[in-house]
Amino acid sequence: MTAGTHIALKEALGRIGYVADDSLAMALHLALSLGRPLLLEGPAGVGKTEVAKALTEHLGARLIRLQCYEGLDASHAIYEWNYQRQLLAIRADHASEEALFSDRFLLKRPLLEAITQHDPPVLLIDEIDRADEEFEAYLLEILSDFQITIPEIGTIAASARPVVILTANGTRDLSDALRRRCLYSYIDYPTRETELAILARRGPKLEARLARQIVGVVQALRREDLEKKPGIAEMLDWSAALAGLGINDLAEDRAAVQATLVCLLKTAADRDAAPAEVMDRIIGKVA
Amino acid sequence: MGVTRFPARAEGLADRMTGFIAHLRLNGMKLGPGETADALVVLGAVNATDPAEARLALKSLIVPDAEGWRHFDELFDAYWYNGGKTRTGTANAHVRVQSARPRLWQGHLDAPGGGGDGDGESTPGQGEGEAEGIDGRLIATRTDNLHKRDLRELMDEDSRHAAERAALDLARAIRDRRSRRRRQARRGAALDLRRTLRASLARGGEPIDLFRKQRPDRPMRIVALCDVSGSMQPYARVFLAFVKGLIDADTTADAYLFHTRLMRVTGALRDHDTLRAAGRLSLMAEGFGGGTDIGASLTAFADTCASRALTRRTVVLILSDGYCTGAPDNLARALSRIRRKAGRIVWLNPLLGWQDYAPIAAAMAAALPHLDAHLPANTIDALAALEPEFARL
Repeated sequence: MTAGTHIALKEALGRIGYVADDSLAMALHLALSLGRPLLLEGPAGVGKTEVAKALTEHLGARLIRLQCYEGLDASHAIYEWNYQRQLLAIRADHASEEALFSDRFLLKRPLLEAITQHDPPVLLIDEIDRADEEFEAYLLEILSDFQITIPEIGTIAASARPVVILTANGTRDLSDALRRRCLYSYIDYPTRETELAILARRGPKLEARLARQIVGVVQALRREDLEKKPGIAEMLDWSAALAGLGINDLAEDRAAVQATLVCLLKTAADRDAAPAEVMDRIIGKVA
Repeated sequence: MGVTRFPARAEGLADRMTGFIAHLRLNGMKLGPGETADALVVLGAVNATDPAEARLALKSLIVPDAEGWRHFDELFDAYWYNGGKTRTGTANAHVRVQSARPRLWQGHLDAPGGGGDGDGESTPGQGEGEAEGIDGRLIATRTDNLHKRDLRELMDEDSRHAAERAALDLARAIRDRRSRRRRQARRGAALDLRRTLRASLARGGEPIDLFRKQRPDRPMRIVALCDVSGSMQPYARVFLAFVKGLIDADTTADAYLFHTRLMRVTGALRDHDTLRAAGRLSLMAEGFGGGTDIGASLTAFADTCASRALTRRTVVLILSDGYCTGAPDNLARALSRIRRKAGRIVWLNPLLGWQDYAPIAAAMAAALPHLDAHLPANTIDALAALEPEFARL
């Protein structure tokens, strides 16, 4: 294979507006070329879900998303029979059993839908750690063989292998079996340079000095002992708020800056942890 | 960095890759022969002659979790570059093996907050000889013994794990309360035939509207209050591991530490690295000096957090020895206030397992009438044996 294919992927994603680091680009490249699922972990708000969206756009594929939650079961993730239509069919045309359990009466849920597509879609299984262990076990068959067994019909094998991306942020520890089947990448909070690049691509038009200040403050806040550290989405919200207020220098209009902190700090305890004095210190350092 | 010079017998990529996987396995990663094959496939998909690319590719294939993500680069350098960083890797393997031994003669490894990653031994080389564990068989016969010893004597990794496991089982026993009755539900496993038929009358006998039913979950929440005062110091580590286990098993559980003050530690306990969490917590706990004021701490809890944390389906676990410098009346009042809001209050007392212990300390005597259960917790077995007690609550 040619050299630096993951670099090419990284640049392609960059053109779409997603700034990936080398290890993430490599993981995505391998997921695409080996056809293995990719597990992304990292703190909330570093753009795990966004990876899947960017990749979808890059591939020109369809995104099928399964949001996990506690109590998610097979009938909501894989398939369910359309009972009403079956009943009607029995009454109306005395349908036989084979006819009743056929494609017509099958409600496809995300996982089944993903493996019955013509063109390979991107399947995003979001926050897999929220689903319970039983569901994780279901997933194993699908992720390793890309097939689903429906007792009444038989085994359905994938017509096109979806690109599977799983995300988790540590609500619960995942099983070793699942981890072994996946490639893995840990996405951490971005470095200063990366974050500046993200702000330049995704944020409003800002002066270079203000952009540096914003990123500096957010990075400093992440080092503080906060309950919920501000992620990239929060940083972008904040920059949009500052741009909307027409602030050009954080050190100038301190009251407005303090008021816009609602974009960054989302709990009462965190608000208390960053009073005006602390913010003064941080802003003084970056300005 | 110099590239490792492999012995002449290790010929070709496959051999070296096997060696690399073995090296990682020694350092605590769970890898099988499947990974070796996958690793070679992965190298086929990238430009394998570029070390940086090969490193990234192997990293995303082999690393299973965030912990491994942080260590992989060091291990990679150690194997392929003969790096000076070998010790970090081997220190881990070393600790894993040794942790199974009783640590009576290893006081220096028990330093509080000892993040065992990095500052351990600086043994060079692959450390294979040590990892074999010459006295491996001794370990097995000793474990049984360890479980029955008073928790004060144990503070090593294994007892922490055992305590965590006990807590996991306990939390499951409490959480999985299912009702026998079935209720109507929007998305349930079974059809509610009776309702469906009744509703079908309106449609001329066609069962178009389907109703479902399901057994409602009645999960019990756990709120743990752990005493970390001076007198509890010997137990603190294992109890913290126990509390961490409770927190891990259940996303709604809540944990607090107290001595003369109360603090919420649920967030810190969700830290994945047990050792680091324990270190962080013991640091937090040590910052406040030795005394205990259980009454004031519980009053603070009832004043501030109780309204959020307590429901009728909450089990309040108090882990304390009941030695208290505050007024016993205070404690009784706080407990009765908590009692009114919570489902159950259970007091786990490490002293209760002792032979001649009687709860005559003033505080304990005042607390007893308000408790649903007062249970011993001085050995890991005692912690594990709590499960049936809780199933009954």
